[in-house]
Amino acid sequence: MKQFETVIGLEVHVELATKTKIFCSCSTEFGGKPNSHTCPVCTGMPGSLPVLNKKVVEYAVAVGLATNCKITQNCKFDRKNYFYPDNPQNYQISQLYLPICRDGGIEIETEDGTKKTIGIHEIHMEEDAGKLIHDEWGENSLVDFNRSGVPLIEIVSEPDMRSADEVIAYLEKLRLIIQYLGASDCKLQEGSMRADVNLSVREVGTEEFGTRTEMKNLNSFKAIRRAIEGERERQIDLIEAGEKVIQETRRWDDAKEYSYAMRSKEDAQDYRYFPEPDLVPVVISDEWFSEIKDRQPELRTEKLERYKKEFQIPDYDANIITSNKRLADIFEETTAICKNPKKVSNWLMVETMRLLKEHEMEIEQITFSPENLAKLIQLTDNKAINSSVAKEVFEKIFSDDIDPEAYVEENGLKTVSDDGALRSVIEKVIADNPQSVEDYHSGKKKAIGFLVGQTMKAMKGKADPAMVNQILAELLN
Amino acid sequence: MANIISDETIEYVGILAKLELNEEEKEQAKKDIGEMLDYIDKLNELDTSAVEPMSHVFPVNNVFREDVVENGDGREISLANAPERKEDSFVVPRTI
Amino acid sequence: MSLMGLTAVSLGKKIRAGEVSAIEAAQEAFASIEKKEAAVNSFVTVEKERALERAKEVQKGMESGIYAGLLAGVPVAIKDNMCTKGILTTCSSKILGNYLPEFTSEAVLQLEKAGAVILGKTNMDEFAMGSTTETSAFGVTKNPWNTEHVPGGSSGGSCAAVAAEECSYALGSDTGGSIRQPSSFCGVTGMKPTYGTVSRYGLIAYGSSLDQIGPVAKDVTDCAVILETIASHDKKDSTSVKREEYDFTSALKDDVKGMKIGIPKDYFGEGLDSEVREQVMAAAKVLEEKGAIVEEFDLSLVEYAIPAYYVIACAEASSNLARFDGVKYGYRTEEYNGLHNMYKKTRSEGFGTEVKRRIMLGSFVLSSGYYDAYYLKALRTKALIKQAFDKAFSQYDMILAPAAPTTAPRIGESLSDPIKMYLGDIYTISVNLAGLPGISLPCGKDSKGLPIGLQLIGNCFEEKKLIQAAYAFEQTREYEHCPLA
Repeated sequence: MKQFETVIGLEVHVELATKTKIFCSCSTEFGGKPNSHTCPVCTGMPGSLPVLNKKVVEYAVAVGLATNCKITQNCKFDRKNYFYPDNPQNYQISQLYLPICRDGGIEIETEDGTKKTIGIHEIHMEEDAGKLIHDEWGENSLVDFNRSGVPLIEIVSEPDMRSADEVIAYLEKLRLIIQYLGASDCKLQEGSMRADVNLSVREVGTEEFGTRTEMKNLNSFKAIRRAIEGERERQIDLIEAGEKVIQETRRWDDAKEYSYAMRSKEDAQDYRYFPEPDLVPVVISDEWFSEIKDRQPELRTEKLERYKKEFQIPDYDANIITSNKRLADIFEETTAICKNPKKVSNWLMVETMRLLKEHEMEIEQITFSPENLAKLIQLTDNKAINSSVAKEVFEKIFSDDIDPEAYVEENGLKTVSDDGALRSVIEKVIADNPQSVEDYHSGKKKAIGFLVGQTMKAMKGKADPAMVNQILAELLN
Repeated sequence: MANIISDETIEYVGILAKLELNEEEKEQAKKDIGEMLDYIDKLNELDTSAVEPMSHVFPVNNVFREDVVENGDGREISLANAPERKEDSFVVPRTI
Repeated sequence: MSLMGLTAVSLGKKIRAGEVSAIEAAQEAFASIEKKEAAVNSFVTVEKERALERAKEVQKGMESGIYAGLLAGVPVAIKDNMCTKGILTTCSSKILGNYLPEFTSEAVLQLEKAGAVILGKTNMDEFAMGSTTETSAFGVTKNPWNTEHVPGGSSGGSCAAVAAEECSYALGSDTGGSIRQPSSFCGVTGMKPTYGTVSRYGLIAYGSSLDQIGPVAKDVTDCAVILETIASHDKKDSTSVKREEYDFTSALKDDVKGMKIGIPKDYFGEGLDSEVREQVMAAAKVLEEKGAIVEEFDLSLVEYAIPAYYVIACAEASSNLARFDGVKYGYRTEEYNGLHNMYKKTRSEGFGTEVKRRIMLGSFVLSSGYYDAYYLKALRTKALIKQAFDKAFSQYDMILAPAAPTTAPRIGESLSDPIKMYLGDIYTISVNLAGLPGISLPCGKDSKGLPIGLQLIGNCFEEKKLIQAAYAFEQTREYEHCPLA
């Protein structure tokens, strides 16, 4: 039987985190009534003209630098012409001939530990399209231009990936880099990161690429994985049946786990690119280039090293915490307040991860503030609450970002450290449990554990266990 | 005429340009485009191999906006001329 | 004489002096329009009530000192491809027949700031594509010198309205000669500024890299004053150029001593009407007699400008006009079956023949496999043409030429042979390709009594030299009112 190899290249669209659109000063904020974030420019009114948002260029260069690209010092915009109602001018301003970044690459590591570099062919800047909503009852679609003109970068990889695992590793790495740069939040589900998959198969050992298809509509890692596997099967089946793969765009239907050709006579895919006459070239001077370079935030590798050195947390902890920008930010902000890096790391790695898993949440969805986690750690450091109470309080912080000091106070969760009060409770426990006392005296030292437990129960958990142990030992002897 | 425009080409350009020509217009367009291309072919007399294409006449570059929101709710401005409107959206024939 | 027979500056002076009011000026303009429109058809839209209201407001504003400029209270007509908030802006096309813009173009805003009173919108070739104003969806405009002839185009409505004295002055736009050629045909003065001098924001694009708004008026002084008013560095137009100075009126000096004027031999060959040649050469002689140094030279590449222009302009137009699709504004076909059928029917019914012809050609030259051969070739030719001009301006202060090879043709003679019509733009088109300023002013008439225009072409940003030479030439003759005025 023939062995086939999958060849995959990705086109990843990322919505940049600017406040305004790429060519007009409309807000990029999500939500809002349809067409509320629009103006003559982003609705293609006759006579309107685009003016480039400087921040878009800076983000694009930052991403290019972080992905080892060459920056095109003299780049231009081009028009991509095609008719569709979400595209108000019926052309998209994009870059074809002189994209802002070229010839980069990032290293990925797959689950089995293999390292590999995935080449980046180019990164270009362009504008997003509006949204089409399909009227459930009628024969119409509704057009909302709120997303029209939101800035995008498109990152085009080389066809260097060979499996779904590599694709996911590449996307995760890319996402991590871009999140670290603050250039985008890269949420697949919300569409701020979108991937189109170019896939072909070839017999193992052949040099030439097979005919590729492009798959769109992939909005989760799971969908991407299934689409790659599904499309690979489909192409192999065709080849083995002696048929040909047609170069085309296909739409992945995740529910049916199958891709469908998006062919139409009216869709010639001949984009008639030409230089955008309404915009002037972007020239990135050495000075501007080094300004952007100097502003580059610390990326993951540097952060990892710094954490080990500055906070002296174990490699394992540093690895996990820096694997996500948001997690790293929470770690640093919390540590800055409570000055206890190891404890912060423990809370993030154990309890936070447990609760995220329990609620099926992503790290990006964390809502608690570093201030409240820091306060909680201070409460435990001061022995104001014990560890089981702390866990209970943390759940409230995690879900509602409550102030732990106020919460502990209001709910009377403070550890009782008043010697007299504790002593009288313990005296009562000893009196009520003569059997355990006898066991203890007869050498079964473990019996003290039972007495500690009874004391904690009577104290409703609010006693300092060390102190209970100490008083018990003193009274028993 | 050196440039003969086929029916397929006219059909194809019509798809790109979203124009639907009747038979008479198609014949006219074939003739017009062919003649224009013959005329444009005059440019081939020039040796331009050493010349950079010039899209912008002046060396103006780096015209930017700062990333500051200035526009407010644009619904009424954007929808004022809509041929068909439903609430705050434009209406088009169903796309899928 | 009617107030509309005065230049804009003279009328402005009378209004400021209190001899007439802005309201009276507007009323006279409308009286003139009502009398002549049936014969000339310069306007697509006349906004009488609105203009009279505005005149009252300006008059008040002048009394309280808000409007102090030379053009305050002076009635103006605007070419119908410049957006005017609340006033129909149609580009003389069915596809925009009902379009009411929500914003005003920057050039018109600059005029309004100076106290201008807008009378209405002038007729043009549909989307500025044409040289005769016959491709308008709202009827042909006629030449006020002889209504059996065309006024030229595409700013034919603006030029005819000025010549017929239906307004004091007008704004036009020039992509390949659309201000200079009709100015020449109508016996008025029109100017195409250096690309980037007047903001294109709100000008409905034809060929974005070539379009430029400019003044149409009775004399050079008016043109200088209007240009000074509408020129601006506009942040909304990325191609707007920040010029060192915006003072054009200081060039109004009757002095051409020592100015070096080049006459391109290649502009005076085959195809040039002998009467036009005679009058233009006579004008050169006049300038020489006034002290200019006039020389003939070879400009070269003249015959390549038109093919390069049509590739670039049509390619840009095919993209610029894609937005007219029946979704957001303008005309939508009544019956359709699905999206693409709606697009096609809307556009096929909404656009006229010449516009469709250019969109088809533009789409073709950009389509897969042809881009290098046509579009890039044209951009390379454009670079060569620019170099030829650079060379000329290293020797001469300006170039003197006819504005058009003939006087105005008869109505109905041009459209049947597009290439012949395109050839009529031979002296104006390369100026747009190179982004240069040009001015056309009357220099005589042919035996049929139709005006002939003299064109002066300057190096970029050197409008002042053109204004000075044109002004000096103008001092040697009287402004001739057309019979219909």
